This record gives sequence, structure tokens and C-alpha cells, in this order.
Amino acid sequence: MSEEKTHMVPYSTQIAALLALLVLTGLSVAITQLEFGGYNTLAAMLLAGAKAVIVLAWYMHLKYEKQLFPVMVAAVFVIFLLVLFVTFFDYSYR
Amino acid sequence: MSDNTNHKEVSYLEYQGKYRGILGWILSTDHKRIGLLYLYTMLLFFSIAAILGLLMKTQLIAPGETIMGPQTYNSFFTLHGIIMIFIIVVPGLPAVFGNFFLPIMIGAKDVAFPRINLLSWWLYIIGILIVLTSQFTGGGPPDTGWTFYAPYSFQTPTNVLPAVFGAFVMGFSSILTGINFVVTIHRMRAPGMKWLRMPLFPWTLYGTAWIQILATPVIGITLMLIIAERMLGIGFFDPALGGDPILYQHLFWIYSHPAVYIMILPAMGVISEIIPVFSRKSIFGYRAIVLSTMAIAFVGYFVWGHHMFTSGMSGRALFTFSFLTFLVAIPSAIKVFNWVATMHKGSLHLHTPFFWALSFLFVFMIGGLTGLVLGALATNVHLHDTHFVVAHFHFIVFGGTGFAFMGAVHYWFPKMFGRMYDANWANLGWGIFFIGFLSLYLPMFFLGMSGMPRRYYDYLPEFHGMNILSSMGAWVMISGILIIFANLIRSARSGPKTTEKNPWGGKTLEWQVDTPPTLENFDEIPAVDKTPYDYRDYAENTNS
Repeated sequence: MSEEKTHMVPYSTQIAALLALLVLTGLSVAITQLEFGGYNTLAAMLLAGAKAVIVLAWYMHLKYEKQLFPVMVAAVFVIFLLVLFVTFFDYSYR
Repeated sequence: MSDNTNHKEVSYLEYQGKYRGILGWILSTDHKRIGLLYLYTMLLFFSIAAILGLLMKTQLIAPGETIMGPQTYNSFFTLHGIIMIFIIVVPGLPAVFGNFFLPIMIGAKDVAFPRINLLSWWLYIIGILIVLTSQFTGGGPPDTGWTFYAPYSFQTPTNVLPAVFGAFVMGFSSILTGINFVVTIHRMRAPGMKWLRMPLFPWTLYGTAWIQILATPVIGITLMLIIAERMLGIGFFDPALGGDPILYQHLFWIYSHPAVYIMILPAMGVISEIIPVFSRKSIFGYRAIVLSTMAIAFVGYFVWGHHMFTSGMSGRALFTFSFLTFLVAIPSAIKVFNWVATMHKGSLHLHTPFFWALSFLFVFMIGGLTGLVLGALATNVHLHDTHFVVAHFHFIVFGGTGFAFMGAVHYWFPKMFGRMYDANWANLGWGIFFIGFLSLYLPMFFLGMSGMPRRYYDYLPEFHGMNILSSMGAWVMISGILIIFANLIRSARSGPKTTEKNPWGGKTLEWQVDTPPTLENFDEIPAVDKTPYDYRDYAENTNS
């Protein structure tokens, strides 16, 4: 609609986000060489989560949207984490 | 331009756009035409799946092999399940009546993304075609059941891959419809239509759409894992390779239980539309129904484990899933209470849609309460994988979604087609269908409690009596369906024409637009200044 504003993200921010993603990707590869035991998956998920947040916030403009949108996206992640939790609740007590 | 002249006056059925004839339908981005495309597709496949069901019940009319052997029986219940679940009831009400009426009920000219809407239908058709190829190619029709349980689904020589891939493609259709509805409801409500002035059918579509968006990708990934397992032997689910078959069940039901709410929530929305209209009374507890809708959508994510009580989960998981299952019954019961309370002291108008709504309440209560029997850990051990389960989910899925679907067709038929059906034939069809439905499925509860397993083409002699009753019920029910379909098809083609905007005395926006609606639904987008079921004027006129 014509009254809507679009936010222009400067190139410098885009490049900074790209660099951060590359660094985190490098870290994702690097930690495969380390042994965290049962926490291997957790470490990989944390890094993947950080990358997802960068993509959502800057590339998908969530940072510049009304508060409703980040809240709804966060709700989706909460549901996803709860589903994971309930699933592994079974495995933890077998 | 010649292709959009008169679009404000001509009905969507007569409007001639860029394409004519069949192309004017299968390439149309009009939400109403897309809704009807889904309806016609579902009618065709429902007929096929119903015939499969009828043949299965005929096989079970006596012990031993009567009209088919075990392998044919296995492939019949697999195809029956795949069609009924993935092609009929999951897209069901949202795809047909959601597409047709959501924009009109919230005061919009179309959905937010009309082209994506058409793409959804095409993906749905492509998915169906892929599933159908599984019947005629490779190692024969799949025999896994619609759940594709591992490890059998990657060991059977039958043609599982196309069936799984077809369901995967149809999942995309479901996701796109969900995204379309969420955006439409957020962005395109008429001026003044605040969230709590939105009718209840759109509310249930909203809850459903979120489930479609969030849960469907899980089944997509799971089905891909089955394909990878069959083709590459990776070992996700194969114990011989270190995999875990119970992981498959977790992943499958993480989607497929919320999918039950994809089926039933819009059905509850339809019933919430019909009951106040035919009771001439504002709906009792509008906010409670809205909250219970969203509560069902949310809690419904976390009850999937009740399908796996005998699979070998940990004791604490069993307890947790049983508790959550009992929890999700509460908002469902709130809705039933509100519907009954709406009818209380209402001015009941006994027309066909209302009969469907009343019978929905009856069968939904039986389905819901038997669900609690299955949700309790101890009784589940006895009843798991028996006919009791089959009866329970047919009461919920067919009795719930199916009855609401029939109610919706009879409720919105004059608006959709600009013609009226024969009420006497419609009522007769309903009556025969209802008697047949109960005769078909009630005996299954007793059979299940007596220990007759599901998915067996044969049974012990002591189950014969109940099976005869059940099989006869199937024939009665199909007779009812034939009467209903014949009446509706004949009426859509040559029934008495009507242009009456509001034949039932409804209050929501679809009853204020032309019959049948014009291409863009509204000449001017209406301003909404009150709640959707305001029958105070009716009460005042009746009292005065």
C-alpha cells in the first residue's frame, strides 16, 4: 500500500551481516573437530540459531518491522523448541 | 479492457476473464473459483475412497476371504487412508470454504496472494497425480497404511516412494494456503473489523493456518527421510543400522496429530456459524470460543505421543502425553458447551444445515469422549490397534469434519451457486446417512473392546454379528451419500435460481453480498461496527 514505508538497509550493514555469517559458518565447520560429547548437537544448533537470527533480523528486515512480527517469529521458535524438548523428554528417560 | 468490464455486476460464475471454458477455471485466480476447483476434486476422490471403504466393509461381512485377499485389503486401506487424509480432510474445509468465504467474511476482495492460491491448487493436483502413479507402477500399490510406519515402509517391495512423494508435494499446497490465510486475515480485514469482531469461521481458519505453516514442514522432512532411507539405506530409522523406528513415529505424529486439528478446527468454525443463525441468537461466549480455538491449536502440538503409548516410549513421556491429551479436551468441551448454550432458549429453525450441526454435536461428543478412553494409559494398552481406534477416529474425522463439511455445503450452497437445493431430499439424505453412519461405526467400538484388531482382512467367528451390522451400515450410509450428492449436483445444475442475499437470516458479511457473489465480492468494502452474531434485533422484534 502506498502509505507503507520501506526500510533501506545500507550496504555496509549487509556486508557486515554477510561477514558474520561467514565467520559463524567457519566456526560451524571448526567445532566438528572438537569433541563436546553429548553437547555436540547443542553447539551446532546454537551456531545455526545465531546464523538464523542474523538472516531474520537484517536480511529479512525483522529488525525494522513492527514489534508484532518479531514476537510472532519468536513464538514459532518457542513452539519448535518445545517440540524438541518434548521429543527428547522421551529419549532422556528411556 | 474487455476482460474486466462489468466485473462489479456479473457473478463470478458468469464472469468471462482472459480465459474461457475450462481454462477460465483452472487458470483463474478468483478465490471463489479456486474454492470450487477444490470442491470438485474432493468430490471425485471422496467417491473413490468411499467405494474402497465400502468394498473393505463388504470383505468383512463374513470371516475369511469373501471378495478380496489380504494383499488387496492392505492396499485398499492404504489408498483409502491416503486419499481421505491427504486429499480430502486435511485440505478439506479450508481449501473449499476457506477459499470461498474467508475473504468475503472479513470484507476483502480476494486473498492476499491470488496467484499463490492458484499455485496451491496446482500443487495439490500434481501431488494427487504422483500418488496415483503409485497404484499403477513399480511393485504394486503400497500396503503400509497412510502412516508409512518405519521400518516396514522402507522394507516393503510395494511402490511406497510415489505415494510418499505425492503426500510431500501436497504438503506444499497446504503450507501455501496457510501462509495466504494468515496474511489475508492480518492485512485485509474490512475497516472496523477488529480481531474480536471477526466471525468464528475465519478465526478457526487462522488457527488452522498456523498449524499448516508450522507442522506441515515436519511431515515433509519426515517423508523425505523415508525416501532417503529406502533409496540410500542411511539408517535414520533402521535398527540394524543404528536407527530408531520410534523416531519415525515421533516425527510422523508431530505433524499428523496437529493435522487432526487442521481437520477439526475449521469444522468447529462451520458449526459456530450455523448454530447462531438457526437459533436466531448471538453465540454464547464468543471470546471463550476464540480462546479455545487458539488453545486447541497450541496444545494440539504437544499431544502426538498418545499415538505411541505401546511403542516403547519412556514412562515419563507416557505420563506427560497422557496428561496433555486430557488437557486438550478442555477447550473442545468449552466449545460444545457454548454451542449448546447458544441453542438454549433460542428460536430454533429446523433446516438441513442445522440438522448437520446437531448431528455433528452428537457424533463429535462420542468421538471426543472415546478419545479420552484412548488417552488414558491403562485402557490404551487394551484398545491400541483395535477396531475401537478406527471407530474413534472415524467419529472425529468423518463425524466431525465430514458432518461439518456437509453442513457447510448445505448452508452456503445458495450463496455459492445462486440456486437452491431440494430440502426434502436433503433432509432424507441426511437421515439415511446419519443412521448408516451410526450403524457402521458404533459396532466397531464393541468389536475393538472385544479384541478385534484393525487392518485385518479376516477375524474370529465370534466377531461375525457385529461385523454384519457394521457392513450393512456402510451400505445404508452410502445410500445416504448418493441421495445427498445427487440432490446437490442436480440442484447446482438445474435447481431453482435464487438471488436472495440472505436466505437463512445470517449476520455475517457473506449474507450481505450478491447471490452468487460478483467477481470482487463487494461494490464497496463495508465498514464493520458490531460483533458478527448480533441477534438482539431479532429478540426485540420477537418480544415486542
